[in-house]
Amino acid sequence: MFNNAKPVTFLIAEDDPDDRLLINEAFQESLISNSVFFVEDGVELMDYLNRQGRYADPAVAPTPDLILLDLNMPRKDGREALAEIKSDPRLRYIPVVVLTTSKAEEDIMRSYDIGAASYITKPVTFDGLVEAIKGFKQYWVQIVCLPANETVNE
Amino acid sequence: MNDQNQAFSILIAEDDSDNCVLVQTAFRQVDMPYNLYSVSDGHELLNFLRNQGRYLDSDAAPRPDLVLLDLNMPRKDGRQALAEMKADPNLRGIPVVVLSNSGLQEDILHTYDLGGAGYIIKPPTLEGMVEVVKVLNQYWFEVVELTESDHVKNGREARSV
Repeated sequence: MFNNAKPVTFLIAEDDPDDRLLINEAFQESLISNSVFFVEDGVELMDYLNRQGRYADPAVAPTPDLILLDLNMPRKDGREALAEIKSDPRLRYIPVVVLTTSKAEEDIMRSYDIGAASYITKPVTFDGLVEAIKGFKQYWVQIVCLPANETVNE
Repeated sequence: MNDQNQAFSILIAEDDSDNCVLVQTAFRQVDMPYNLYSVSDGHELLNFLRNQGRYLDSDAAPRPDLVLLDLNMPRKDGRQALAEMKADPNLRGIPVVVLSNSGLQEDILHTYDLGGAGYIIKPPTLEGMVEVVKVLNQYWFEVVELTESDHVKNGREARSV
């Protein structure tokens, strides 16, 4: 029904290696193929988005269409990174969806307040995670329009 | 996951009454308790959200869990209303999903730049709108966590007395 055939590039910031694996698998489970890139903490996330260091080459680090963000990460946590992204005029248009273990009302409220597009509490089971990723992709890939990157990277 | 017993409140900002009816009809086909509210321009939208003008009664105009926003509306259009919502510390935590006829890249980009949580091009048929509403329902009310709405807080406080 919806013709969002353009492949979507996801950037996932997640410090736990097991969770990275599970999330990657959950992405593979659903039939829509997209590009998925991972970073391990908030410093890497900002380096990636700002094309610093090993992320200087846009072929290696293409600008994501959407960011999935863990809140609790070392070096720079997701809360801080979210604030930086949403206050940067070059980056703030990128939707950020928080995907984190915390269910704390404070974290939920502050994330929306700072500008997260949505907040998802990580399901505890793999099946739950697959369901959540499926629902997430149905919304962001199938029915929602995302900005075409060509017009942004001028 | 959100508590399945609570009724979510959705505020639709849409100037075309046929489109408004289409959206409401589509929501009725989804098996969830909803409280649907509608306003027909950006000015009324802000009044509703701020409990001003003819929306002084916060029971009749509760804080919505989600706003569905048309862009092209008279008096104050959706773009301006979205900018005002996101600049207001009391309102910016409410997710806003644009539901518009416009397919213009600049409208899409601008929506996200201002803090919109989605941009959907209005499907022309009821069937298409039902598809959209089903996904909206599943995403926003089953997958996603929302800020605890006032009526949930009030209900919790009332029970603890």
